[in-house]
Parts: sequence; C-alpha cells; structure tokens
Amino acid sequence: MLSKTVAELAGALTRKEVSARELTQAYLDRIHQLNPALNAYVTITAEQALAQADAADARRAQGNAGPLTGIPIAHKDIFCTRGVLTACGSHMLHNFIAPYDACVVERLEQAGAVMLGKTNMDEFAMGSSNETSWFGPVRNPWDQARVPGGSSGGSAAAVAASLCAMATGTDTGGSIRQPASFCGLTGLKPTYGRVSRWGMIAFASSLDQAGPLTRSAEDAALMMNAIAGTDQRDSTCLELPFEDFTAQLNQPLNGLRIGLPREHFTKDLNPAVQAILQEAIRQLEILGATFKEVTLPNNYLSVPAYYVIAPAEASANLSRFDGVRFGYRCANPANLDDLYKRSRGEGFGDEVKRRIMVGTYALSAGYYDAYYIKAQKIRRLIKQDFDLAFNDVDLILGPTSPHTAFKLGEKVSDPVTMYLEDIYTIAVNLAGLPGMSLPAGMLNGLPIGMQLVGPSLSESRLLNVAHQFQKSTDWHTQRPEV
Amino acid sequence: MALDKNDVEKIAHLARLQINDTDITEVTQRISNILGMIDQMQSVDTSAVSAMAHPFDAGQRLRADQVTERNQRDYYQSIASATQDGLYLVPRVIE
Repeated sequence: MLSKTVAELAGALTRKEVSARELTQAYLDRIHQLNPALNAYVTITAEQALAQADAADARRAQGNAGPLTGIPIAHKDIFCTRGVLTACGSHMLHNFIAPYDACVVERLEQAGAVMLGKTNMDEFAMGSSNETSWFGPVRNPWDQARVPGGSSGGSAAAVAASLCAMATGTDTGGSIRQPASFCGLTGLKPTYGRVSRWGMIAFASSLDQAGPLTRSAEDAALMMNAIAGTDQRDSTCLELPFEDFTAQLNQPLNGLRIGLPREHFTKDLNPAVQAILQEAIRQLEILGATFKEVTLPNNYLSVPAYYVIAPAEASANLSRFDGVRFGYRCANPANLDDLYKRSRGEGFGDEVKRRIMVGTYALSAGYYDAYYIKAQKIRRLIKQDFDLAFNDVDLILGPTSPHTAFKLGEKVSDPVTMYLEDIYTIAVNLAGLPGMSLPAGMLNGLPIGMQLVGPSLSESRLLNVAHQFQKSTDWHTQRPEV
Repeated sequence: MALDKNDVEKIAHLARLQINDTDITEVTQRISNILGMIDQMQSVDTSAVSAMAHPFDAGQRLRADQVTERNQRDYYQSIASATQDGLYLVPRVIE
C-alpha cells in the first residue's frame, strides 16, 4: 500500500479501503523503522500529521475531498512551516521555528495533503549529494553506501523508500532532477515563475523553483495543480490562469518532435547510460515521436556561468543571517563585527562559505564586469541556444546525470568535480525553462533517469510525454528493497 | 584566476565570515580552483551580447502601496537570541 502512487492512494481513500489516518499512521511507523538508517527526515511532525489526517477524513466524509486530500507528503526543509523547525540543512538555522507557512506548504495543506515532516537537504540547497547537510548525509534507499543526489536528497530518498507518498523539492541547478534520477523518481522543475517562492528560503533568486518529487508523471501533475499559480507575495511569480496539468496526460504522441542535443551524446557520457537513453528513444518512436539532432553549443559554459550567478545571488541572500534577529549566534561576542563574523563563520558549513566568498568576489569592485556581467551575457547565449532549438523541435531529450548514484564520500572533497555533476541540468535553470527527470532504466541495480526539457510553460506537454512513456514501460514502478 | 591568502582574507572580511588560520590555505586553494573553472567564460567574445538578469527579461511587478501585513512583532521576536522593549539586543559597538 505505502509504495502506491498518489493517484492509486486517492482511489483507495475514495473507495474507503483505507482512511487518511490509517495511511498516515502506517507511513509514520515506517519512518520510525527506516529513518534512523536513511536520515531522510530531519523533523517528524507525527501529532500534527494525525490531526491533519483526521481533518482530511472528515472532509472526505463531507464530500469535499480533492485528489490530494489525505495523501501524506514530506516537505523539503527549505520551505517555512509555521511552528515547525525549518533548518535548511544548516547549523545557522538549527533553532529557527518558522513564523509562517511557505506558499507551497499552504497550498498543499489547503488541498488536504498531510505533512509527515521535513526532509534533509544539502545546506541551503548547495550541493549535489546531500553531503553538505549539518544533519549528516542521506543514504540512497537503492544502495545505502551511495548518495541520493542533492540538494533535495532527503525528499527523494523518502519517496523512493515509501516514507511518504510524494514530496516537495526545489531546483536551482538540478536539485529536483538529479535526485529523481538517482532514486528512480519523477521530478519536475517548473518554468521560472510558475510556482511561488514565497516562504522558500532563498539561495539564488533568479534560478530557484519549487516542484514535485513523485512516483509517476500523473502524481507530479496532481501536485502541480495544487502548487502552481499566481501569488501576489512573490513579485516574480507569473500571472497566469489556472491550468489543469492532468488535462493533456492522455494525449497521443503522434507528430511529437524531440531534439537530441549533440553536446549531450558524446564520449563523456557513460556508454551504458547512452544505451539506456537509446532504448527510451526507440520506445518513444513506437509511441509516435520523431527525433532529430539539435545543438546547444554554449552548454559547456553553463557550469562556469552558474558558479558566478548562483554564488553572487547567494552572497546577497545569505547576508540576512547575521546572528542578530534569529538563527545561530556565537558565544560571547566581543563586539558587533565579531558577532557577525563568528556567527556566520561557525553557523555556515564549508561549502556555503566557499560559495558566499566566490559570490562576494564576483560582485566586488573591479571584478563585477569580468565575472558577474560576463556570466549574465553567457546566460543569454545559453537561453538563445534553447530558443533556436525549439524552432525545430517541441522538446529536448537527454541525460539527467552522467551516471547512476555515486558513493558517499567519493566526490565531496573536490568541489569542482561535484559542480560538474550538474552539466546537463544547470542550463535549464539559467534559461528559466521547465525540465523533468523520469526513470529510463536500471544499471547494476541502480535507477537512471532521462531528462525532458521544453519551452517556457510547456509543463503539461512534458508531463504528457512522461505519462505516455510510463504507460508503456515499468521503470517508474521499480522499488528498492529497504 | 589564482588568489593568495591576503585576497581570501579580504573577501572573508567583506562577506563578514571568520575563517580560521588553519583553514586559510585550503580555502584559498579551493576557491582558486573554482575561479579557474569559471575562467572558461573569458575565452568567449560577448561584446555584442546584452546581460540577462531574468529568464524572461521581466521587470518586477509592483503592488499598490497599502498596508497589508498586521503587526506581529512580538511573535516574530519570540525566536530572537536577545530582545528588550521590542528591540533586538546586540553587543556594544562603541566601548
């Protein structure tokens, strides 16, 4: 029961095969059993969850239930949750009880979802392995010697290990898609501005987007129906009419034109991953899609440009953590400058400090044009590559990650190697486009995802293609033995 | 671009971050490696390209200048390290 999709669980709740309370209690029991080993959750809100489950059961009895009513969810610990610890993977916020709910949390609660707790993550979402968390690394349910990916690693591990039915994640450079690939899930990073960032602790404000981590494209569509949409409290949130992301799921793929970026299918890509993608391409051809080569000539510049823009924005966003109003404060500060420097020096981990310093350097007098403005110009070149490609094709298919989940400790000592993990995902954030990862195959017992990228606001089309692929394959139904 | 220890100390000061003396060599090395990777950008001619700050080149949406928040000062200050009379307490700046 616990490994079923949201759509299946909603059916079971409607048919009264199970109550929201029973379902919630069963997930809580499994969390208590497995979380000590996996470290996917950092906070478990059992009492609150059972109260929300009872409210969901009452709502269903009154005939007011929607598809997410009574479905247990985990929230990445980057989302503010009123009255609940919101630590963002950091010692800096180890004592931060958020005074309000993030828009995403609020909307899922309104839809009747039951919050089981908050999930582990790389500190301030800065990482690709979940190893920078102050709460320790998360283990991949497929192989506990391996990382779940990052930064939304706890959310991905929780969904994969059936410690919740669905989870929220955020994606600044691949932080939903890469963990989805490593854990065998469907993960969607929406178009920039689709989902409100209000109450989501900011990392790089021009890149951050929230999205779903689920067991199927259909589930991702159901979550998108709840979380997407205008929010006056986020001035970058797009003003769009309500869109039903499930409406196009069953559309046939005849006539669909998919581009394969020449730069993604090179000798740098693991041949076994390449073979899995070729098999997925054949499957999509059977479903009616046609393929042609496209080119993204500036993709190789996406990692360098990102590691200027994201740290620059982070250095500004994280300046609010100063030891004064909330969060970690050092002991016995000698004066105000000492309070700032030691609170931040002791409160932030090494990766966060590195990125703040790179960003501070890129924005400092004398280097601003050479780094920050240069990176913004390259950002436009990257966006233009996609615009040109989408003149010829409806969407782009390629790898999410160069390989399957790597071992804990394997890359953590070399930041630049870790940064290059996101070579296929980062350009999508720089261009503000929607991208998703869905399971495409298995390699030595580990899942591997493929990435679909579409033009702005094409989420319904991406979900449609993913759903049709999932109807004709069973990679997304594989579950780890935990 | 390779940085030296003095550069890193200056950046750390600008960012108000204390870096321990024992860590400074390693931090300098790692930040230099990151900047080395970033420097790939410099080989591209971007003289004819305009900078892009927002994925859709959109500006900020403005709202009406009205009071929409109610005062929750006491609630917000309940998580502060030290407050008094509605003010945040910090160490003395002038001794």
